[in-house]
Amino acid sequence: MPFPEGVYGLLAEFDSATSLTAAAAASYKDGWRRLDCYTPYPCEEAAEAIGFHRNYVPLLTLVGGLMGCVAMFLLETWINIWAYPLNIAGRPYYSWPAFVVPAYEWTILWAGLTAAFGMLAMCGLPAPYHPLFNAPNFRTGATSDKFFLCLEARDPKFSLVESRAFLEAMHPVSIVEVEY
Amino acid sequence: MATRDLSTNDPMLDPITGEVVVIAPGHSFKSVTEKISRIVLTAHTPVGWFFGLLVAGGVVMLLLTCLTWLFLKGVGIWGLDIPVGWGFAIVNFVWWIGIGHAGTLISAILLLFKQTWRNSINRFAEAMTIFAVVCAGMFPLIHVGRPWLGYWLFPYPNSMSVWPQFRSPLLWDVFAVSTYATISVVFWYIGMIPDLGTLRDRAKTPVGQYFFGLLALGWRGSVRHWMRYETASLLLAGLATPLVLSVHTVISFDFAVAIIPGWHTTIFPPYFVAGAVYSGFAMVITLAIPIRKFYHLEDLITIRHLDNMGKVMLTTGLIVAYGYGMELFMSWYSASHWEYFAFWNRLFGPMGWSYWVLITCNIALPQFLWSRYVRTHVGLMFIMSIIVNTGMWFERFVIVVTSLYRDYLPSSWGTYRATRWDYGTFIGTLGLFTFLFFLFIRFLPMIPMSELRVLLPQSKVKHLPEAAHEAGD
Repeated sequence: MPFPEGVYGLLAEFDSATSLTAAAAASYKDGWRRLDCYTPYPCEEAAEAIGFHRNYVPLLTLVGGLMGCVAMFLLETWINIWAYPLNIAGRPYYSWPAFVVPAYEWTILWAGLTAAFGMLAMCGLPAPYHPLFNAPNFRTGATSDKFFLCLEARDPKFSLVESRAFLEAMHPVSIVEVEY
Repeated sequence: MATRDLSTNDPMLDPITGEVVVIAPGHSFKSVTEKISRIVLTAHTPVGWFFGLLVAGGVVMLLLTCLTWLFLKGVGIWGLDIPVGWGFAIVNFVWWIGIGHAGTLISAILLLFKQTWRNSINRFAEAMTIFAVVCAGMFPLIHVGRPWLGYWLFPYPNSMSVWPQFRSPLLWDVFAVSTYATISVVFWYIGMIPDLGTLRDRAKTPVGQYFFGLLALGWRGSVRHWMRYETASLLLAGLATPLVLSVHTVISFDFAVAIIPGWHTTIFPPYFVAGAVYSGFAMVITLAIPIRKFYHLEDLITIRHLDNMGKVMLTTGLIVAYGYGMELFMSWYSASHWEYFAFWNRLFGPMGWSYWVLITCNIALPQFLWSRYVRTHVGLMFIMSIIVNTGMWFERFVIVVTSLYRDYLPSSWGTYRATRWDYGTFIGTLGLFTFLFFLFIRFLPMIPMSELRVLLPQSKVKHLPEAAHEAGD
């Protein structure tokens, strides 16, 4: 796949979460779908405004946890019955209550690892390079005190002139054209 | 509670809503970010930091010396002998891992209960967890005598065709502690990613930009990412909560499943967990007080934090006191001669002094925490935290040693005397813990900036429908 060239999108800076959310909601209402908000702390209202209502991290975590539980329980059963049966004071080989504790721990281990790494994977991270980092105000403020709305060039509604005018109407602090 | 305790002009009350604010007023997104990131990104490391690192590093050398001698000579250099086969190593293991538990409690359980005051202290409480688990995890490994064969603890296909014994709590412990260490590191790191992004963007030196850029994984604060991130954090908190309870429960099984009088009791799991939280909060206070002083973080880690932590300590201390009372009651109520003797011996035997140190430090003196004056007095809280940490160490000493040194047969009675290597190793781990902590506060953000921003009043989105209407027209 060739490296994309040209314009990534238009990046509008806002001074508060309230104005960002309003702008995002207006853009979504206008039909924009390839757009994203960037905030220095989690802002649920902005996510709702761009139509991001649910994510699949919980489902993935559930699957991971169940896999961990089953894997450990089967491993214990296999070891104690077939691989290395030990007679401890005449107790049954399949002494499942004792197997619960490691299976429980592995449920948590696998669920936690899938939650963490699954979240990163779904976000497309790690991604050390991103076109937005080319915008100077994004670099200095996106992770500390500024709020951004990016209308991406991938959206069929995108046009350098009209989209800029659309953003201007929402009184952002600044608008920057971001290159790949 | 809050309205009764605080006057209306109190700066810790929001003048409009009357809610208790956790951060001192007057902070903005920028000031919070700068205050915390400056500690890491400054080119001028405080001289005190170098001094502290040097002292802690010296104590780490002591640890390395003790370990080297241990590996050369074997566990015989410790005071271990029959009947006391579990000495300082297990005492220290349980003590350290208990200290770690408060970090998980603060970061996970208080997150689930929406206790936002925890946001200032959760990062370094989590770091404390990890460093405590590092110190704790070392002890069982060096206690096995041949630590280079430590991987035998794990089930793996080997040429000996031998597999571990899954009916033993000691093996459960391997899985509990290794899971705990892994999940703690993951939770800590995931929680740090947005702040690492902030540091990457603010770093002035190429080394800093590269280092933090690598660790931040390209975090850019997209709200879609934030939502997944928040979900994952909540899930990790929800997973860490039963985990932390299970870890100390499993550790208590190491004792409770044995038939030694003084160990074989059902009160152990809850009482171990409460004790772990108790000592852990004490350690958080021990660390927080000098750090907030040294780095002038008094308006981020406020008196209110100390007050709240004092209350948690008081509560868990009372649960632990109930545990002690119930142990004594059960030894009488069981009508078992052996149980009865074990507790008589624990209280009035040759090592009875350790029990009374424990009662003084863990039950008698912490009653001062009922006083609001003590809970909000920085110096007194520091002393109190040291007392509780000492008391909790003695609790583990009492459980391990005084249960073992006089068991069923008087002919097999013995005593226990720790050697200089026992003390050296224990003090060495204190040094290792401090050393790692010094590195952490210098090179990583010790207070979560992104979570503090949420606590600021300007972070809230106001009147969404009206604002959207205005912008849309």
